[in-house]
Amino acid sequence: MSNYKIFINGLIKENPTFVLFLGMCPTLATTTSAINGLSMGLATMAVLICTNFVISCIRKLVPDMVHIPVYIVVIAGFVTVLQMFMSAYAPDSINKALGIYIPLIVVNCIILGRAESFACKNTPVASAFDGLGIGLGFALALTLLGCVREFLGAGSIFGIHILPEVTNVLLFVLPPGAFLTLGYLVAIFNKVRGNDK
Amino acid sequence: MEKLKPTLKNMTLVLVGVAVVVGFILAYVNHVTEGPIAEKAKATLAQGIKDVMKVDGIQVTKEDTVKTNVDGKDLTYIVHETSDKSGKPVGAAVESTTTGFGGDLKVLVGFDHDGKITGYTILESSETPGLGAKAEKWFQSTADGGKGGKSCVIGLSPKDGELKVSKDGGQVDAITASTITSRAFLKAINEAYAAYCKQNTDGTSGASKQENKKG
Amino acid sequence: MEYLLIFISAIFVNNIVLSQFLGICPFLGVSKKISTSLGMGAAVTFVLTLSTIVTYLVQVFVLNPFHLEYLQTLAFILVIAALVQMVEIILKKVSPALYQALGIFLPLITTNCAVLGVAILVIQRDYNLLESVVYAFSTALGFAVALVIFAGIREQLALVNIPKGMRGMPIVLITASLLALAFMGFSGLQTGLGTLFGVN
Repeated sequence: MSNYKIFINGLIKENPTFVLFLGMCPTLATTTSAINGLSMGLATMAVLICTNFVISCIRKLVPDMVHIPVYIVVIAGFVTVLQMFMSAYAPDSINKALGIYIPLIVVNCIILGRAESFACKNTPVASAFDGLGIGLGFALALTLLGCVREFLGAGSIFGIHILPEVTNVLLFVLPPGAFLTLGYLVAIFNKVRGNDK
Repeated sequence: MEKLKPTLKNMTLVLVGVAVVVGFILAYVNHVTEGPIAEKAKATLAQGIKDVMKVDGIQVTKEDTVKTNVDGKDLTYIVHETSDKSGKPVGAAVESTTTGFGGDLKVLVGFDHDGKITGYTILESSETPGLGAKAEKWFQSTADGGKGGKSCVIGLSPKDGELKVSKDGGQVDAITASTITSRAFLKAINEAYAAYCKQNTDGTSGASKQENKKG
Repeated sequence: MEYLLIFISAIFVNNIVLSQFLGICPFLGVSKKISTSLGMGAAVTFVLTLSTIVTYLVQVFVLNPFHLEYLQTLAFILVIAALVQMVEIILKKVSPALYQALGIFLPLITTNCAVLGVAILVIQRDYNLLESVVYAFSTALGFAVALVIFAGIREQLALVNIPKGMRGMPIVLITASLLALAFMGFSGLQTGLGTLFGVN
C-alpha cells in the first residue's frame, strides 16, 4: 500500500469518528465551537503522528509481553509534552475550553488502537502517514461537528456571526446537543458512503 | 532484525529504559516551558487588572489575601490594590470565586474607592459552554436585550445594598434563561466587595481611610 | 452535608457520562443488555474508587514532595494500569465467582477515560482524601446508573422498527441525547440542596 493510500484510508474508509466510533469522549465534549473542535483534533493528530512513528521505530525492541505498558508510557510522554507546550504557548481560551481533555488524550482509544493495529507491524514512515490520515480524519470530523453545533447554538462559525441572536438554540451547545448532532451526522455520513444496511 | 526474546531481563530492561528516557525528556520540556507558563499567567492577570480598573498606567501596589469562612466553607479572595501613574490609589481588583450552575465561577472585579464597580472579567467558569462568554458581555452592556439597560453592573455599588437579580427584587436583569449563573455572578461580586472592605479595615491603607480624609 | 452535596451532584447534576462526557466508549459499547451493564457498572465503581485513593496518595506523597507534578499523567495511567492488573489477579485467586462476573470488563477499564479523568479532577479541585473518595464513588455510581438506564432503553429499542438510515449508531446517539436532556432536569437540584443545607 502506498503512503497516499494509507493516508486516504485513514481519512475516509476508516474514519475514526464516523466509521469506527473511537475517541468519542473528546469528540462530544470539546466540540462546543468550531475552533475548540479543530484545536482538539489537531492536538490529537500531533500526538498520534509522533506516537505512531516512535512506536514503529521501537517495535522490534519491545518484547510482546510488555508491549502495552511500553506503548502507554510513550503515549503519556508525548501527551504531557503537548500539555506543557499548550499551556505555555496556546491562547488561554483554548486551554480553558479543552481543559482536562488534553491529558485524557492518553486514554483516547484511537491512539492505542492505531499503535496496536498498525504501528507495531509497519515501517516508521508508513506509520506516520497512517497517523496523519487518521488524525486528520479525526480533526475534520471534530471541526465539522463543532461548526454545526456552533452554527445552530450560537449562530456563528469560527466566531464569525452569521445568524441574528434570536435564532440561537442553546441546546446544541449543551451536552444533549452533542449526542444529537453526532447522531444525525453519522446517519448522513452513512448515507453518503452508501452502505446503510 | 529479530524481535527481542521475552526474558525477564529483557522485559525489565526495555520497560525501565523507556520510562527513564521519557522521564528525562519530560523533565527537559518542563524546564523549558516553566518560564513561559508562569510569565503568561502573570501577563493574563496584569491585563485583567488593567481591563477592570479602566485607568491608564495602572500599577499594583499591594497584593493581599483575604480569607473568610462562610457557612463552614473557607473562601479565599485575592485583593490587588492599585494606583495610577502618579501613585495615587484608585481602588482594587478582587479575585472572587463562587459556586455557579455547574461548578466554580471565578471573576476578577474592580472597585474604585467609593466601592463602585469599575469593571469585571471572568477568569474561570465551568458554566454551560457559551454562557461564560455571554456573561462576559452581558453585565457591561447598557443596550442588551431591550430591557432598558438594566443588565449593566458598571457604576453600581454593593455598598448601597447587595446586588440582586430583578427576579429576587434586585436591580440587575439576569441573563435570559440563566438566572442561576447570574445569581452566582452577582454573589461573587458581593463577596468580593465584602472581602475588599474587610481588607481595608485590616490593612493600613485603603478606601475607607481615603474617604475619611476626603470627608 | 458537604459530602451529601458532592454525592448528589456527582450522580445527577454533573453526571460523568451525560454532562462531562467521560467514559463514553463503554457507555455506548457495553450497554446492549442490562445484565452486562450491571457488571460493567460494578467493575467501574470498584476500580474507580480504589484507583482514586491510590492516585491521590501518589500525588500527595510522591509527586508533590519531589516537585514532579509534570509526571502526573504518566504516573496516574501507570498506577491505574497496574492496579487493574492486580485487581484481576487477586480477584481470580480470592473470589472466582466475582471474577467470573467482573473479569471480562476489567481490561476494558484501563482505557476508560472516566478513571483517569476523575483521578486528575480531584487533584485539580483540591479535594481532601475523604472528599475524593466520596466524589469518586458517587461519580462511578452515576456512571453505573446512566449505563443501566441506557441499557434498559436499548433493550426496548432492539424490538422496534427503526428507519433504515438511523439504524445502528445514529439512533443510539439520539437516544443518549434524550437521556442527557432528561438528566439536565436535575440541574437546579444542586443549588436547591445547597440552600437547604446552608452550604454554598
